[in-house]
Amino acid sequence: MGDKPFFIEALVAIKSNVVYRNGEEIFRRDHIQEPDAFIKEFFKNLKVKYPKFHKMDVLSKLGFLASEVLLKDKYVSPDTALIFSNSASSMETDRQYRASMEDFPSPSLFVYTLPNIVLGEISIRHRLQSENAFFVSEKFNPHLIHTYTTGLLKNEMSPAAVCGWLDLKNKEYDVFLILISENGKIPFTEENLQKTYYFDNE
Amino acid sequence: MSDLRTELKINIIEQLNLEDVKVQDIADDEPLFGDGLGLDSIDALELIVLLEKDYGIKLTEPQQGKEIFASVNRMAEFIEENRTM
Repeated sequence: MGDKPFFIEALVAIKSNVVYRNGEEIFRRDHIQEPDAFIKEFFKNLKVKYPKFHKMDVLSKLGFLASEVLLKDKYVSPDTALIFSNSASSMETDRQYRASMEDFPSPSLFVYTLPNIVLGEISIRHRLQSENAFFVSEKFNPHLIHTYTTGLLKNEMSPAAVCGWLDLKNKEYDVFLILISENGKIPFTEENLQKTYYFDNE
Repeated sequence: MSDLRTELKINIIEQLNLEDVKVQDIADDEPLFGDGLGLDSIDALELIVLLEKDYGIKLTEPQQGKEIFASVNRMAEFIEENRTM
């Protein structure tokens, strides 16, 4: 088991039509009501060419965009683990799919009726072949995320990890993802994870 | 270009969320899968739904899709021969 220290290298938060990177606001659109419209504007702003983005459900789009911001200009090892969590699983898409069943069930909606699909989308985008997990808990649980992620890092199954909270419920979203690696200044501890999340949600 | 072919292109773009594609970007004889529009297997299922929803055609053999969805021209010919609505 390795005893290398790990740090919070970078973080991204997306909430209430604002995107933050390492605590700094990088994008804001106050006038937009629908999450999908905000997400589309931010995607355009990133100037990323990725046609498949438009086929994703909103949860996957949020995870994709947050990862783009978090991993921009960084070397991303194919073994970078993804440890996500939220409170509503894929409920928004589940509801949409259920509505489509009244008429013609949509195959492209059906494939997103699991929360961990976003992990696959991010893995495809960044060519990851790594450990991943998606936990569903009532609220952000720093203990769970820290314990699981530390286990992967200390056992040298992954040299780095992207972990955090990716929630979408009743058209409200709360995204908080962090990159954990050997680089950085803030030690990756449960306490720092909790402080960082709650600081971004004050 | 016939109205059916234009209508099909509009429906394909909408149904498959081809955000960056315009009607004029799709040639009538261009392959829809592979090198053409780069559609995937889930898109094929959506096209099967599109045939049923918009033209009342139910594909009984999913393998038929490979031949029918070769291009907009082939899709239009198949719809003209089999449509029930």
